[in-house]
Amino acid sequence: MSLLQVKNLRVEFPTRRGTLVALDDVSFEIAPGEVLGVVGESGAGKSMTGAAIIGLLEPPGRIASGQVLLEGRRIDNLPYEKMRRIRGREIGAIFQDPLTTLNPLYTIGRQLVETITTHLPVGPGEAREKAIGWLELVGIPAARERIDSYPHEFSGGMRQRVVIALALCAEPKLIVADEPTTALDVSIQAQVIAMLKTLAREKGTAMMLVTHDMGVIAETADRVAVMYAGRISEIGPVRELVRHARHPYSQGLMGSIPPLDRRVERLTQIDGAMPRLSAIPRGCAFNPRCPKVFDRCLVERPELLDAGTTRASCWLYAEGGAA
Amino acid sequence: MKAFFDSDIWWSFRSSPVTVISAIVAAVCVFGAMLASVIAPHNPFDLASLQLMDAFKPPSWEAEGDPVYVLGTDDQGRDMLSAIMYGARVSLMVGFCAVVFSTVVGVTVGLVAGYMGGKVDSLLMRIADIQLTFPSILVALLVDGVVRAAVPREVHDQIALFVVIFAIGVSNWPQFARTVRGSTLVERNKEYVQAARVIGLSPLRIMRSHVLPNVMSPVLVIATLNLSFAILSEATLSFLGVGVPPTQPSLGTLIRIGNDFLFSGEWWIAIFPGIALIVMVLSVNLLGDWLRDALNPKLR
Amino acid sequence: MRAAAGSGATPMLEAQDIARHFDVSKPVLQRLIAREGRRTLRAVDGLSFDIPKGTTLSLVGESGCGKSTVARLVVGLYGTTRGTVLFDGQDLSQARADSTQRSRMQMIFQDPYASLNPRWRVVDIVAEPIRAFGLLKDRKAILARVGELLTQVGLSPLDGQKYPHEFSGGQRQRISIARALSSNPEFLVCDEPTSALDVSVQAQILNLMKELQQRLGLTYLFISHNLAVVRQVSDRIGVMYLGKLVELAPAESLFERPRHPYTRALMEAIPDLEMTGRQRIPVGGEVPSPISPPPGCTFHPRCPLANARCRVEVPVMKPALDAMVACHAVEEGRG
Repeated sequence: MSLLQVKNLRVEFPTRRGTLVALDDVSFEIAPGEVLGVVGESGAGKSMTGAAIIGLLEPPGRIASGQVLLEGRRIDNLPYEKMRRIRGREIGAIFQDPLTTLNPLYTIGRQLVETITTHLPVGPGEAREKAIGWLELVGIPAARERIDSYPHEFSGGMRQRVVIALALCAEPKLIVADEPTTALDVSIQAQVIAMLKTLAREKGTAMMLVTHDMGVIAETADRVAVMYAGRISEIGPVRELVRHARHPYSQGLMGSIPPLDRRVERLTQIDGAMPRLSAIPRGCAFNPRCPKVFDRCLVERPELLDAGTTRASCWLYAEGGAA
Repeated sequence: MKAFFDSDIWWSFRSSPVTVISAIVAAVCVFGAMLASVIAPHNPFDLASLQLMDAFKPPSWEAEGDPVYVLGTDDQGRDMLSAIMYGARVSLMVGFCAVVFSTVVGVTVGLVAGYMGGKVDSLLMRIADIQLTFPSILVALLVDGVVRAAVPREVHDQIALFVVIFAIGVSNWPQFARTVRGSTLVERNKEYVQAARVIGLSPLRIMRSHVLPNVMSPVLVIATLNLSFAILSEATLSFLGVGVPPTQPSLGTLIRIGNDFLFSGEWWIAIFPGIALIVMVLSVNLLGDWLRDALNPKLR
Repeated sequence: MRAAAGSGATPMLEAQDIARHFDVSKPVLQRLIAREGRRTLRAVDGLSFDIPKGTTLSLVGESGCGKSTVARLVVGLYGTTRGTVLFDGQDLSQARADSTQRSRMQMIFQDPYASLNPRWRVVDIVAEPIRAFGLLKDRKAILARVGELLTQVGLSPLDGQKYPHEFSGGQRQRISIARALSSNPEFLVCDEPTSALDVSVQAQILNLMKELQQRLGLTYLFISHNLAVVRQVSDRIGVMYLGKLVELAPAESLFERPRHPYTRALMEAIPDLEMTGRQRIPVGGEVPSPISPPPGCTFHPRCPLANARCRVEVPVMKPALDAMVACHAVEEGRG
């Protein structure tokens, strides 16, 4: 059975100019121990998907319909207190900016020990030992000496490691990581990705990795969901998606990544920009920018359709195709 | 105009009843004061029309009240309502001019200090700090005292209004300077300012056309809140007898006069100008509070 | 194409041993109480390079390496602490004092949300350099020129009447480029022009910049942290670490044969999209503070090739085939 199931999730933002639909009909599953990458450009709704799952949507955003199930139990309609307990114990969260997660007034040791004793049946002494173990595991040198330091005494890369330790120390089954390496320099980024990957594999933790960096996804994820204008445009195994994307948007996205190993005269580009939430076009949201657009795309919105090895929401893969 | 009615500001204004009410109250106060000479039932400064017989009339709903004097009369037979309207005009005028004075000085100092930085910044801000260590009433009293000592009495009465405006204005500019300096420090490092510097525009031109328009929203808020503060300061000074000349009584002067009769039964002479002052200050303050929230993108 | 491109031996820009130090000391009073000395941040510490006309030099490095400071030094936003910058053979401060010379250099910035004055209409933003340099006087002529510039960067002349907040990040960056082009510059400093953009929009902007370079014969100084982006646009590349150049090489040569251990580490660190399954070995440690850099070669605490000499002696740039490298290991053939 899947660890996490998201079914037809719809998130709305009521504004005075009408209701904006930020996420529409988003469905996917994550199996135990699996890493699902979620990519898309800014405003595609990838971070919002993560926030909706962990129950931290920014008001006035709200889940309008759909379900989020963790091991078969609904968690999208839980009261705040219950959700908070799940967030620490069963779902760990890692955000882009480590400073927002760490309390600057407490030592990192205190924050780790508190998290461990709240969620696991251990005493303070044992919790401290566990905390040191986690800090060593995420690669903090001299963990035993540094456990009583405050967050500001660490560098950016080290802080993000502490955040990861904090997310992992209650041994959750799922981690929602939102752009965990974006604020870091490339060399530090590589260290953190390598560490996350190893930890997820060793502990059998499932992960939802939200990022705009296709390279990070390619290295870390098992499957990828590509998002566009609040919907999933394509989902499938990472190898297939990177090499043989089916959806025209995914194809454009992959093509526009500048390659490191050669110089190309002209990069593939997708003209135009992603529509604002207040002006999503009729039919397929991608149709104004799509090189393969045809009549049906202008009027009818495609569901996720079988496109061989991946599933793509594109009418090219409907019965009979573009005919 | 259409854009204004479509804007977020108008929306947040309309959706806050308290703000709408205080805007209406403030508008009534301002119009009543501005048009005092036209709409006031009597002219309290027309000595010919004053009748000492009509002195100390209570408000019209009291037993001895006279329907001609709705809010009663004072010791010289002046109609209270008219006196309040004329008094509010003086209070508002002094408050407004004082705020304009501190805004102009404060914004200029803040802009120059923030943009130039270094020693200029240190010097200007230390002056502002020193200014802030003196309570504003003390500064006002000091300025007034110095002017009184320096010029003959007749001249003083003529320039008294300007002295009050200067005294209140000069004690309030550091607040503007500090805020503008803070915003300027942020804007100065933004890339659009750097782009202007790459072109080689003069610092003066960059400050005026790029930085100034982008640091004005907080100034608007402070100016509004400061208006009520300036009106109160003027009332305090006039109450203490060092404010506007008695020939042009403000609300503060009226309250001082009324204070003499407060315990001899003629309560209305002090209470009505007091209420007028409170209503005016409160409505302006509420407007300022709303403006602060409406212009703060974080709270939107 | 302009006559400037490829003509003569005078480079568009020449930097000779430029440095910029910032005083980051605490205020005097605090310093006296804490008995601390002055502290200097050596953001740029002795850089030499030149950019021939019509070519692109890129500077790459991680945050805090001083690449953006270099960008600001060469357009005169900061003054140099040491060294000279020559703009088309003329000392930069002289060139900056002359409005004709000044109009030949322009800059494009990183943050499309901060680089346009939010209170101005696009038409006034783009026309600002035209007005400042007095290139056109007539209102109609200015409007026509702005329309032409907006068309050139892929926007509509009608967009001129709008305000910046009505545009997406990519469109704003196009407006920035139109503003930069409006004074007919020959030299453009581009400080991370695409790093705040989404990848598909980044491709649009990179294509546009290459196209403009070919059409107008522009010379670029391109600042970026992204090696893959740099490879697409550069003729030559300089790799920076803690305020110094560690390697300067023709673009293809740098990617084919990275010599400096730091250059290799940077390339190693980039996630592999092709998924050839190669195991990456990330470089350990973090960039040290530029306020108290390590002695000797500043990279030695993280360098797999470091030895006793690296810990004491500062390496200088030395030719290595078609490149310049500052590394004892490379010089000694240990690399």
